[in-house]
Amino acid sequence: MEMLWFWLVSVMVAIYVVMDGFDFGAGILHLVVAKTNEERREVLGAIGPLWDGNEVWLLAGGGSMFLAFPKVLASGFSGFYLAMWLVVWCLMLRGISIEFRSHLNDGLWRRFWDGTFAIASVLLPVLFGAALGNVLRGVPVDGSGYFEMALWTDFRMGARPGILDWYTVLIGVFALVTVAAHGALFLAWKTGGPVHDRSRGLAMKLWGAVLVLWLVASYATSVVNPGIFHRLPQAPLGWVASLIFLAGLGLVFVGLKRERFLLAFLGSGAFILGILAASAACVYPVMLKSTFGPQFDLTALNASVGTHGLRAGLVWWLIGFPIAIGYLAFLFHFNRGKVKAAGEGEGY
Amino acid sequence: MGDPLFWHRLQFGFTATYHYLFPQLTMGLALVIVVLKAMGLRTGEARYNDAARFWIKIFGINFAVGVVTGIPLEFQFGTNWAAFSRFSGGIIGQTLGMEGMFAFFLESSFLGMLIWGEKKLSPKGHFGAALALWIGSWLSGYFIIATNAFMQHPVGYTVATDGSLQLASFWAFLLNPWALGQYAHNMIAAVVTASFVVAAIGAFWTLKGIHPEQARLNLRVGTIMGLLFSVLVAFPTGDISGKLVAKYQPITLAAMEGRFESGPRANLTLIGQPDVARRRIENPIQLPAVLSFIAYGSFSSNVKGLLEFPEDQWPQNIELLYYSFHIMAGLGTIMIAVMGLAALLLWKGRLDVNRPMLWVLMLAFPFPYIATTAGWAVAEFGRQPWLIYGVLRTVHGASPTVNAGHTAFTTLGFAGIFVVLSVLWLFLVGREISHGPVSHTQKA
Repeated sequence: MEMLWFWLVSVMVAIYVVMDGFDFGAGILHLVVAKTNEERREVLGAIGPLWDGNEVWLLAGGGSMFLAFPKVLASGFSGFYLAMWLVVWCLMLRGISIEFRSHLNDGLWRRFWDGTFAIASVLLPVLFGAALGNVLRGVPVDGSGYFEMALWTDFRMGARPGILDWYTVLIGVFALVTVAAHGALFLAWKTGGPVHDRSRGLAMKLWGAVLVLWLVASYATSVVNPGIFHRLPQAPLGWVASLIFLAGLGLVFVGLKRERFLLAFLGSGAFILGILAASAACVYPVMLKSTFGPQFDLTALNASVGTHGLRAGLVWWLIGFPIAIGYLAFLFHFNRGKVKAAGEGEGY
Repeated sequence: MGDPLFWHRLQFGFTATYHYLFPQLTMGLALVIVVLKAMGLRTGEARYNDAARFWIKIFGINFAVGVVTGIPLEFQFGTNWAAFSRFSGGIIGQTLGMEGMFAFFLESSFLGMLIWGEKKLSPKGHFGAALALWIGSWLSGYFIIATNAFMQHPVGYTVATDGSLQLASFWAFLLNPWALGQYAHNMIAAVVTASFVVAAIGAFWTLKGIHPEQARLNLRVGTIMGLLFSVLVAFPTGDISGKLVAKYQPITLAAMEGRFESGPRANLTLIGQPDVARRRIENPIQLPAVLSFIAYGSFSSNVKGLLEFPEDQWPQNIELLYYSFHIMAGLGTIMIAVMGLAALLLWKGRLDVNRPMLWVLMLAFPFPYIATTAGWAVAEFGRQPWLIYGVLRTVHGASPTVNAGHTAFTTLGFAGIFVVLSVLWLFLVGREISHGPVSHTQKA
């Protein structure tokens, strides 16, 4: 049961990254791929109906972790205190930027929100990537089950690392480039005209960078967490996940080459989903690795709640998850095809 | 200032209070919009859709602010109240997870269709989007109230070997009697807020002499719904909530009334100041035996006073609790009177020419916001010194590794963000009000 919940939480988080990832990517790139007000409205029109729902995956995933592994949530959220609030403030700024921009038809007003939208969209994946880096590297959690981390270190590794060191920043940059590449494919799929052309041109370059960073990040991970990949050969799910992300990577390049942008976008989604699932398979059952030694690790087994709670949660999860996917399918169907230019005062 | 607990409490109280200014309007407006869209479908009259279109714009702005100010609340469970989360996450995580799964997905999927979809969707489809937002936002409300109800009156749990709480009965937890009573009271209060806002806009336009048809419609809808729900918020739902407090938190009831001595035929204090040091109420104006009747249904019932309980179980801020309760109840009474009078004038056909009444309606819209905020203050100060009533004290719930400086910093950060949000909100809502309703049938 604990194992099942470990995977449910991992899947929810991975879906969150895939979904919010493409609208982060759109935010990272929009100043570059969309130059005029009309073009920026095209970008916002593509993600506008979706971004809020995408963010719900974070809350639903966080809620699932809360109900199944409250000790992990309590330890991680309080330990990363200041970084957590940076994330929250960026999420707030980003939401407001998307929703308030269209209210005033004024150049300065709109350029201001374009800027805040871009800044928040760049910072968020770096912070989320750094969070993943911290989980892979380990945090100074001790026998109390809590830890406290400084936001910064001098970028070297030590016994008491900070939230941002060379490794976690590297993972942050990897995340930034990956969601930018993911977003470029989404925009190439959903837009036409100049935005489409520029996104498509950028996607090629970005995916090249993803490939390089992926190799660097994998090597770095094996340096800071020796033995992390040793579990992979024995974990069947890890094999499946690895196949998914490799196939996804292949689809990205095939899709780009044949100008099948939906295919390429699905490929990049599979890449992100697979690489996160493979990471989960590598660390299982550890959820929060301790830098003080494995006896202090918070794992799916020692941090989970009792069986009744997990069973009850599973029942409503099995009802709720298909409904959520159903809304998502309906939403994509409702907004199918390339984004059409909306009149002023209508749409984002 | 150096006490982390002070800052944790201030931050949560401040961010939650500010956040709830927006959902109380959107949850109420969602129902108003459903009613207007339904009337539009039934009668085929354009004015109902015109009114709905205006309120959907106001809804959209408030909903966006509600979403972004709601995110920090979810995070604070983990960041600021880690010990509480660790202790009870297995239980309250259920409802918080369900809120995401069953309410937020529904709301976020149909929000765009409600706000931007009127032309793209059929009239029935647009009504459906309004319905989805109403159901989603009211479901969301239930899951939050059920979470709070567990903190007020914990049920359906056991204590595990490691000392943390475990879910013992999902349905007992979800259908907590406290949750059902508090939910009804809270949601009806949200409709009161929306009704007062709708009536205020109607009054404003009437006094200005602009948009006459829409002004009349908003006055009518606001006044009728306002009277109905102002009454319902007091009776039966306020009454039920009071009886729940009397039954499960008698110390809180005593503190709300500033009652120190026990005894039958307890008086209801209308006005007076509690003097906790001297253990008495100063200058009271009281209704004899009414408190006994309200609390337990009989004039002769004994209502316990604070002195009957150990002092370490008293709420720490009895004065604030007392004033919050009396402000809520007092404003509730005034709101029934305002809406009663307005409805009478409406019935006589004289509301839109009675300028004093229009002024009152235009200026009364803060009352439900104040009453709702005070009501939540009663619930939360009344729960003290417990985080989970009788189970976990507030002092034991905060994050052990987060210091006062960090929490002060983030609290001040929120103060700054909320100032900016408030200015933006005022600017955007003000613009929509000055634009007024946009009709699709006639050229504007």
